[in-house]
Parts: sequence; C-alpha cells; structure tokens
Amino acid sequence: MLGYFIRRLLAAIPVMLVVALSVFLLLRLSPGDPATIIAGEMADAEQVNNIRTALGLNEPLHTQFFIWIGNLLQGDFGTSLISQTSVMSMISQRLEPTISLALAAITLTVIVAVPLGVIAAWKQGKWIDNLVMSTSVVGFSVPVFVIGYILIQVFAIELKWLPVQGYRSIDEGIGEFISRLILPAMTLSSVYIALIARMTRASMLEVLGEDYIRTARAKGLGQRIVLFRHALRNAAVPILTVVGAGFALMVSGVVVTETVFNIPGLGRLIVDAVLSRDYPVIQALILLTAGLYVVINLLIDLSYAITDPRIRY
Amino acid sequence: MLKPKFNRRSTGLGMLAAAGMASALSFAANVQADTTVRAVMHAALRGLDPVASSATITKNHGYMIYDTLLGLDEDYAPQPQMADWEVSEDGMTYTFSLRDGLTWHDGTPVTAADCIASLKRWGTFDAGGKLLMANTESLTAVDDTTFELKLAKPFGEVISLISKPSSVPAFMMPEAVASVPNGEPLPNQIGSGPFKFVADEFQPGVKVVYEKYDEYVPRTEAPEATSGSKEVYVDRVEWINMPDVQTTINAINSGDIDYIERTPYDLMPLLEANPEVHTAVNDPLGWMSVARMNFLHAPLNDARIRRAALLAVSQEDVMAAMIGDPRFYELCASVFGCNHPRSSEVDGESLTSGGDLEEAKKLLEEAGYDGTPVVILQPTDVATLAPQPIVVAQALRKAGFEVELRPMDWQTVVSQRASKDLPSEGGWNMFITNYSVDALWSPVVNPLLISSGETGSYFGWPDIPEMEKLRAEYAATTDADTRAQQVIDVQKLAMQEVNTIPLGQFKLVNSWRDDVSDIVQGPLTAFWGMKKED
Repeated sequence: MLGYFIRRLLAAIPVMLVVALSVFLLLRLSPGDPATIIAGEMADAEQVNNIRTALGLNEPLHTQFFIWIGNLLQGDFGTSLISQTSVMSMISQRLEPTISLALAAITLTVIVAVPLGVIAAWKQGKWIDNLVMSTSVVGFSVPVFVIGYILIQVFAIELKWLPVQGYRSIDEGIGEFISRLILPAMTLSSVYIALIARMTRASMLEVLGEDYIRTARAKGLGQRIVLFRHALRNAAVPILTVVGAGFALMVSGVVVTETVFNIPGLGRLIVDAVLSRDYPVIQALILLTAGLYVVINLLIDLSYAITDPRIRY
Repeated sequence: MLKPKFNRRSTGLGMLAAAGMASALSFAANVQADTTVRAVMHAALRGLDPVASSATITKNHGYMIYDTLLGLDEDYAPQPQMADWEVSEDGMTYTFSLRDGLTWHDGTPVTAADCIASLKRWGTFDAGGKLLMANTESLTAVDDTTFELKLAKPFGEVISLISKPSSVPAFMMPEAVASVPNGEPLPNQIGSGPFKFVADEFQPGVKVVYEKYDEYVPRTEAPEATSGSKEVYVDRVEWINMPDVQTTINAINSGDIDYIERTPYDLMPLLEANPEVHTAVNDPLGWMSVARMNFLHAPLNDARIRRAALLAVSQEDVMAAMIGDPRFYELCASVFGCNHPRSSEVDGESLTSGGDLEEAKKLLEEAGYDGTPVVILQPTDVATLAPQPIVVAQALRKAGFEVELRPMDWQTVVSQRASKDLPSEGGWNMFITNYSVDALWSPVVNPLLISSGETGSYFGWPDIPEMEKLRAEYAATTDADTRAQQVIDVQKLAMQEVNTIPLGQFKLVNSWRDDVSDIVQGPLTAFWGMKKED
C-alpha cells in the first residue's frame, strides 16, 4: 500500500504543474487589471502604469511565471497585490472557518443521511421510504440560499435560539463556536443529506438482494447486524466516494453559504480575489484546491481497502 | 442527613475550577468594559495607503488613523485641524503652525518636517495636490512646528485643496512613511489620528479593527464634518465586511452590528419597522451619478452628438430606476453637484425636465450621425451602478442612437475604461460611475473637467483648451464675484462640450441601533464623537 501511496503522490506532480501553468495563463489572458483596482477611481493612466511597474506586471509573461514558480518551490506563495499581506497568512486566516464548517456539515450529513438511506432501503416501498425519497427531492431542488434564509428566519429571528450570522473561532469559546456553526452546517448539509441518503439507499438495495445477506438472515442474525455490519459495509464504496468528494467541495469553497451566514472562509476569499484580480491569491488557492482534491481522492481510494478487504493495492 | 465530603483531590480541582471561573469572569468583565462599535462599511478594506489609492473605503481608513492639517466645517468652509494658518499680505506665502500635543501613534511628536514630506507625497498622487505643487515654489520648515508654503505664482486654492475631503485628502504621515517611493507599500500604519490601526487583527476583506488612541489631543471646538474635536468615546471600532445585504439587515436588527454605512434602499422598510434602529442621511451633499464620454472615438468624438446624448437623458428616469425612493435623490444639472456655494445648473434644463428628444433628434441629424453604435460598459454587480446604463441606453435609442450595452463586472469596467482601443476592438464610448459631490464641487478639484487630452485627463480624455484656460483662471483668482462667474462659464462650456452627463444627485442612508448616538454629520462616517451606551 505504501508503494501505491508514493506512486499516487508522484503522479500528482505533473497534475499540479499543469494546473499551475493553466491558472497562470488564464488569469493573465482574462480581462481586468489589479493596478487599476489598487489605484482607485480617480487615478490617471500614468499612476496605473506606475503601479503595474511596481507590481512587476509589466514584465514579460514568462518572466512573471518563472518568478512565481521559483518562489513557490521555496514555499513562498507571494504577497497579495491588493492588501500587500502574505498570501499564506490570508489563506491560513480563512482555513479554520472553512474546515470547521466542512467538518460540521459532513458529520451532520453522514449522521443523518446514512441511517435514512439504510432505513429507506430496508423499508422499500413503505411510507418511510417514500418520505425519505420525497424529502431528498426537496433537498436537491431548493437552492441553498433559500434554505439558509428560512433557517435564519425561523431559528435566529423568530425563535432567537441561534445567532443570525458570523463566525467565532474556537478560541473565543466553544459555545459561541458551535452556536454559530449550527445553521450554516444545516444549510450546507441539506443537499448532501439528500444526495447521500439516495446513494445509500440505492447501494443498499443492490446489496440486500445478495446471497450472503440471505445467508446471514438464515443464520438468525438480527436485522440491525444484517443491515449495518453485513449490508452497509459492502455498500460503502460508492457512499465513501460521494462523502469524500462532498468534503473536498466544501473545503474548496461554499460561497453561497459563507455569504449568507457571513463566514470568512476560502470560498469568499477566492471570489474576492477573482473580483479584484489578485493574481497571487487566486493562483495559490487554485493550487491548494487541486492539491486537496488529489489528497482526498487518494485517501478515499485507500479507505476502500479498509471497508472492503477484497480490495488490495 | 448528607454531609459534603471533601478530599484533597476534589478540593484542588474545586480551587482550580474557581480560579478558572474567576479568571474567565475577569476576562469577560474586561471584554464587556470595552465599548466596541461594529460597523458594516460600504466596501471591504484591502488597500491601506489612503494617499496612493483614491478608493473611498481607503480614504475612510485614512481618516481613522491619520489627521489632516485643515478640515471642513458643516458649511464646507476650511477650519484649522492639526494646524492654524496665516497668509502674507501679497497672498504668496502661507505659514502653518502645528498645535501643541500632536504625537504619532508610536509616541514621537509630529513635526513640520513630517508635514512637508506628507504634502509632497500627496502632491505626487492627487490631481489637486499636483496642481498645488505645480504652483508652489518652496515648502520650508521654519522650526519644529511651523512651516511655510511659498507660491511661485498667484493661486487661490491653497487652503481649499489642503482641506478637501475628496478624492485624496492631504493626510499627514511620519516623514519616514511619507518618504517611501511611489509604488511601494507603506512600512507601517502609524498616524496621528484619533484611532490606532490594530495590525494583528486585520483580515483583508473580512475585518478591520481600530482602537482609541489614548494620547490623541482633540481640538476644543465641537465636531463638524472633518473639523473640530475628534475626541473618541468608544474603545474599539470594528469594520466588518458583509457581502450579503440581507445578512447585514438581519445583523443590525438582531444587534450583532451597530451601524450600516450604506443601507440598501429596497430593504429600508425592514429597518424602518424596527423601533430599535434609526435610519438617516448623515452626508447632506451625497453623491452624483455621471455618464462619462470617450472623446477619442466615433460617434461621441463629435460635440454635437455628445450634446444630443445629453438632451436625450431624463434624470428623473435614471434616479427613479436607481434609487426609487424620492426622499433620497434630487435632480441636479450642475457638473459640480448641487446644494453648495459653487453650484450652477445653467444650460442643463433638459436634464431636469424629462429630456428633450426632439432637439436631440435634430442635433443628430445636423451632425450626420451614421448609426455607429454607442458602446456602453454595463456593470452588473453593483446595485448603485447597474440600473443607469439600461435607462441611458433606452433614452439614447429613443433619440435615434444605436446602442450596444456590454455587460461585465465593475472591476472589468475599471480596467476596460483605461483602454483607448476602438469600441469595436475592446474599447468603449460611455461608462457610468458615481462621485461624492465633494470630489466634484469646483473647477479645480473636479477630475471630470480636466480637459488636457490624452495626458493628464481622466478616462475619456477630453481635449478642450478653452476648458483648461477657464480652470487655470479660476485657480489663479481670489475674488469671490469673479469666481462665481467663472463657475458659470465652466458649467456652460461643460454643457456644450459634454465631458459628462450629470444623471442626478443621491443621498446615502446610514442606519444605527438606538444605543449609538452623537453621530457627526459630514462627507464620511466619523467614528470620533460617536457614543455608545455600555
């Protein structure tokens, strides 16, 4: 397995290089100029050009690329063109809210969606199956921001149980930290609960028809053991894939949820950086996201071997 | 009967818990003792150099941590702030004397040398500052707290330029900071203003934190606009960026924040229904919306066609679409904005009376308009800039223009407007933007009137020698009556040449919770003077 792990990591290097080159070129070829944004509304062309020169944006493209790659190889992601702060410090400020929200949402998703999917498969065609399936259609269909606003209206404005917006670091108190994560986690998980509940149900239905399930029941095993130990474990591979991909999506940016609940995460950072053409920040974030996808996919592949002993690397 | 049992371990744990609780309570008390105003400003602060950047949010940041030599009172008249001034009898030498007790945030005293370096730096960025420096023979320190500005030729705008609040105010910085070469970031955020910047808590695009500067010595006069006392009554100010307006409204209604700098007009009813929230206009002058013409390319390189475009526009239609609520806008045909002493609406009657389509059509015919489309850049992501291009385009079409609206985000507009290419090759004919009236209010400060062609003019690059002559005459004149006539002459020429089409004047609505009070009226949100109940 170690050899497989190292091979996969080495294979990621050309992927990252292609991503780096593509994002660099795409940004430079797209319209927009950070110097005009820095200079402000009243700046004249001469001031804008002075800023371009100071930022190195008047250098030839290949020079800019090699300077960036050279710094990257030394672990330097550069400095934001707009705020003049280190890109790494900007990303690290935003990492905690994003990871916290993603972990809370994915945990809620798994806790709710997997049992719902198992129960729906077990009670196929019964009212509870129909209820789970129709509710999941609602989860898919209603936009995330609508769910967010409804939750805010009910739980924050009407009942006043939870805050309407904002994020507090865990350092500022566990109570504040959790209370401000509940509504965004519920909002963000709604679509994933729907997706994973359906996915679990489908996988379980496939497995429940297998001979070894019939054998397990014939041996007199209880329904819970049959469902969760024998069936779910064998149905887990596609579910794990979706959970992993969902987590990667959440970490790489959930702009709408972050915006509605005013959470200063990576999603908003990347949107702000794109709008202000802050090249070093965009480049670092896209590379980070690409790296994250590579690692999460690798971890998912490795987890298959844990849930299904037939899989060997 | 149950008796409590004690042992060494539980007693120790109990003491630890008590100590922890006491410490937590003490921490909580400290936190509560600080009065913090949480405000949502109109934009996120990212750039920190209020002289190099003319972004409004960066200017607001500048007023928090820096101070200015002079300020404006509520009648927009210059007043002493950091310094008092005297003018020699011949009007050629201005002597500035710093008041006592001024210190930078690192404790060192503010000196004349700091102010000279700051004025020189400002004079390389701001259009008004450049003009002042072009007319200045020397800036010399007389002693540690006094310096002289000697003019090279008569110039009537020294005091008004140094006291102006837009677009780039003359902020005073320590000499070491003001000596940074242009294009390089400032080495620190040390000013002498009423607030200190808390660098450790700055999150670009998310939050900015300011703390009261305890050693700040305020003036004794009452606070007015950017002058008078800047005494601070709160311990901390936090600017929190909220990208969603509905979230902002929910936050002030629930008490999460105390102040909104620009309240969205369409969500005003949600605040007006809450007795705990006040809404009001704190800046009586407000902003102008203007359509900027590109003088380089057809069809708007012909003054008659530009005038036809102006005649086609009805300000009422634009303002109704943009603001909606008539309490917050007024029609104003002056290129200087209205409601201040330098305003004139001469020759702009059509703008405020619904437009004059017949005259516009006639002019287009006279000019031999050949149907070349007018390319209008249309920002779609800013609520106060999105509606105008649509209304103006429709008005132009009614007059007989062919119009192409080019939708894009505002930052792309900001980049594209610098392009001198043909409109068919990525250039443009017209874009629309908004300016605070104090950035437009005289022939000298108004950047849209600069008409020196491709060198020195604002985007659009008008080349009108007569306008440059009038502006220069105004700058050199000190007689009030002559200046009043010069303002009218500039307005007349601007209506004839149409550097821009004034689209109407509008007010920004501020909102705050009822435990906040004593908000200073003026051209920016001032956090000095503001009080908040504990």
